[in-house]
Amino acid sequence: MEIIKTALRSLLGNRTRSILTMLGIIIGVGAVITMVAIGRGAAQQVEGFVAGFGSNLIIVFPAPPNSSGARGAAGSGATLTLDDSNAIANESFSIQNVAPEANGSAQVIYGNSNWSTSFTGSTPEILNVRNLEIEQGACFSDADVRSAAKVCVLGPTVVKELFGYADPIDAVIRIRNIPFRVVGVLKAKGANSFGQDQDDVIFLPITTAQRRLVRFGTRVDSVRRINVQARDRDSLTAAQDEVKAILRQRHKLTEGVPDDFNIRDLTEALENAESSAEVMSILLGAVASISLLVGGIGIMNIMLVSVSERTREIGIRMAVGARPSNVRVQFLTEAVVLSLLGGAIGIASGVGISKAITEFIKWPTLISPESILIAVGFSAAVGVFFGFWPAYKASRLDPIDALRTE
Amino acid sequence: MAIIEVKNLVKIYKTGDIELRALNDVSFKIERGEFVCVMGPSGSGKSTMMNILGCLDVASSGSYELDGINVKTQNRAELADVRNHKLGFVFQGFNLLPKVDAVENVELPLLYRGVASAKRRKAAVEALERVGLGQRLHHRPSQMSGGQQQRVAIARAIVGRAPIILADEPTGNLDTKTTVEIMNIFTELHKEGITVILVTHEPDIATWSERVLRFRDGQLIADEAAPKGVQLDNEVKPEDI
Ligand SMILES: Nc1ncnc2c1ncn2[C@@H]1O[C@H](COP(=O)(O)OP(=O)(O)OP(=O)(O)O)[C@@H](O)[C@H]1O
Ligand SMILES: [Mg+2]
Repeated sequence: MEIIKTALRSLLGNRTRSILTMLGIIIGVGAVITMVAIGRGAAQQVEGFVAGFGSNLIIVFPAPPNSSGARGAAGSGATLTLDDSNAIANESFSIQNVAPEANGSAQVIYGNSNWSTSFTGSTPEILNVRNLEIEQGACFSDADVRSAAKVCVLGPTVVKELFGYADPIDAVIRIRNIPFRVVGVLKAKGANSFGQDQDDVIFLPITTAQRRLVRFGTRVDSVRRINVQARDRDSLTAAQDEVKAILRQRHKLTEGVPDDFNIRDLTEALENAESSAEVMSILLGAVASISLLVGGIGIMNIMLVSVSERTREIGIRMAVGARPSNVRVQFLTEAVVLSLLGGAIGIASGVGISKAITEFIKWPTLISPESILIAVGFSAAVGVFFGFWPAYKASRLDPIDALRTE
Repeated sequence: MAIIEVKNLVKIYKTGDIELRALNDVSFKIERGEFVCVMGPSGSGKSTMMNILGCLDVASSGSYELDGINVKTQNRAELADVRNHKLGFVFQGFNLLPKVDAVENVELPLLYRGVASAKRRKAAVEALERVGLGQRLHHRPSQMSGGQQQRVAIARAIVGRAPIILADEPTGNLDTKTTVEIMNIFTELHKEGITVILVTHEPDIATWSERVLRFRDGQLIADEAAPKGVQLDNEVKPEDI
């Protein structure tokens, strides 16, 4: 305590210099925190994406018309149908859930309230695929899908907009003026990492959507995409192969004819994105660490100047009984206090800058407690490491020589 | 047993190729409680002698025993402890820390002895009161006169109740009145049984002591009783002035 007080006083005695010295550490630590926050922000965005979709997901899209000569010849805009989806569900061994999607946006009305939102027609499996849970009521059933029942499940935002605090279950709302009975409400999920409200949704049986709300291409039963969830991580490749084989067979694609669909392994894509976000974190952190190192050298420089300036003081202290270790600890403490103080200010500014980046540039940042801990540890280490040589030099002074210097 | 015993002490300074014997074969003993003056012309080695006695410097050869401790065998940390416990040094140039006040300057030896803060403060205030600076506790050196600064330095030398006070021309920069005040303090310390060794140029000052060691060209040329001068000012106390 005593030592820290002495160190602080000595640093305050030379305020301008102390602040300039700290600047190196402030910038270093601030840069580390900001850079890591940016990197982590990116990583978290990717993670959020994964969480929003469920794991081991494969998505099958119809191939865009211009990319496939075969389909162009067939003259059809949409190549994936509900039957394709059912076939995958029935014939593939490696999958857990299949959820086709037919989606669009619509005006929904209940009483005097109306709200513009998006709807997704699917099967009950969509809940697993999207990592969704029911808060109240139930999801529509497979029977509802077969009979194209006019029932729907609402996201909490839609409920709030249409019903306020009233009970929505069994109420009848109008989607594009068609009456639908509300059978369930989803658990709130909040905004995803892109800031989209994941609760502003309506789910309904895909058959109902196809017949009454949307139409792609020429066929009634075409779907926008098919979400396929593999049983586990290891089944992913097998699942892709199976899906491909099933669809090729169903679409009667002979050898050499390109696929009229695209299979995307979302997990792999996300993992790639995640690991590149990770690499970015590390790179940014490394660049920032260099500035911390430079800051440390600044501290060493100033401490060396300080030692030679205060040689007489050191001599006086030694003359009255300061041991070499006392002198060493004194200067080391000054260096550490200097760098920790700089570190603290650096953390504050790093956090501030990160927040500002999110606020003004809308770039996601994530300030992790570890990065702060690391910054504190690092700046203390910088203080000790770069303070040691000057402190050691001070402690090796001869009392009489030190007293003789002016 | 003598509190200080030096034998065949030699101190050689090397400046380039030139070797200078600042001390040449010096031997003497000082008993506990003595009041000794060290005199001699400029450059005769007085300060060199004092710095060695004060364990601030080491001799080139010869032996020095301080209160039974063979100084040569002590490492740097042990020497620091010897300075702290056995010695109080008063310099001609005061050597106070400029950025802290009187109390903190005086506390310094106790700080390195590991004395708790409150006890330290109490002892420092007492020491400052003893030298007549009870009213100047929180002045910095720059806010005090030379005599006051020297009294702070003396307070620092006595705060740890060291048995030996070494003073190298403590009154060298001071006027007669202040010199008398300072010498009175040393006399008092001597009366309490503290061993006082004092370097001076002025024969007047030597009359306050009991014994004079005379140096010339690095050699001890005389070890004699102090001259019995007329010490008119001897009984003047600081508070009378
Ligand atoms: N650090 C040093 N390096 C080289 N020579 C030195 C050093 N210190 C002292 N000397 C020389 O040693 C001799 C004795 O010096 P010292 O300071 O002991 O004299 P002194 O008796 O104290 O003189 P003064 O009365 O002027 O203070 C002098 O010739 C001086 O030049
Ligand atoms: Mg001298």
